Amino acid sequence: MLINQFLFLAAILFCIGVYGVLVRKNGVMVLMSIELILNAVNINLVAFGARWGTMSTCVPGEPCAATIGPVFALFVIAVAAAEVGVGLALILVLFRNRRSIDIDELDLMKG
Amino acid sequence: MTADMLPVNIAFYAIAAIMIGAAIRVVTTKNVVHAALWLVCVLAGAAAQFILLASEFMGVTQVLVYIGAIVVLLLFGIMLTRAELGSSDDLDNNQKAVGAAVSFCLALVMGYVLWDAFRGESFSLVGHTTADLGQTTEQISDSIFSTYLLPFEAVSVLLLAALIGAIVLARRD
Repeated sequence: MLINQFLFLAAILFCIGVYGVLVRKNGVMVLMSIELILNAVNINLVAFGARWGTMSTCVPGEPCAATIGPVFALFVIAVAAAEVGVGLALILVLFRNRRSIDIDELDLMKG
Repeated sequence: MTADMLPVNIAFYAIAAIMIGAAIRVVTTKNVVHAALWLVCVLAGAAAQFILLASEFMGVTQVLVYIGAIVVLLLFGIMLTRAELGSSDDLDNNQKAVGAAVSFCLALVMGYVLWDAFRGESFSLVGHTTADLGQTTEQISDSIFSTYLLPFEAVSVLLLAALIGAIVLARRD
């Protein structure tokens, strides 16, 4: 396998996610696009982990340099879970106060 | 490319095509609930790619956390904000052309950099066991609880803070 297969797939998913963040008006849809972006990064991290794993030798029972990829991806997943929890709470408060979750209507701080 | 990698490559390209198609549907569909279901498709495809990369633990975590928890949370968000459950023409703003141009330019730049940096660099997982690759659950947990103990604790404090923050924000007072 070429390492670039995985990196190109992740890059394309990342760009689709960026398009969603820029274009969508609904707050929940923006969060979904952010999930696409974070997921693309995870594919990169795991692909680099596998690439590194075939170059290094791991002794079972000892910490191995090749586990860096999956470990970082796990941290990304944990941060994504925290982000989506707080993000949805914010969107619920927004809906309670404005009866709408349209991001374009959030112009209170516009000069 | 050697012949023994052919099945893996076929599986990769089939899953990648499904993932890209589903991702495009996530950002273009006119139905909010359908977007969440297409997102499940992308996330399941990513789990399959993790398994192709011999990282079973990450594949299972992806299914449990993303599909099991995050998508359900997003669906709760859709229901609680009483979004229109049918098709709606009012989901996109009027900057579609600019957004498409920006993401296309981003794809060009990233594609060129990746092609330039990793051109022709290949690896083969055939003949390696999961333990050789350092991807067993035991090796990953050894790594988290020794080398990366401090970041792990920081992430747990972050999750606790996010939990308390979400409760404080969402409760009625």
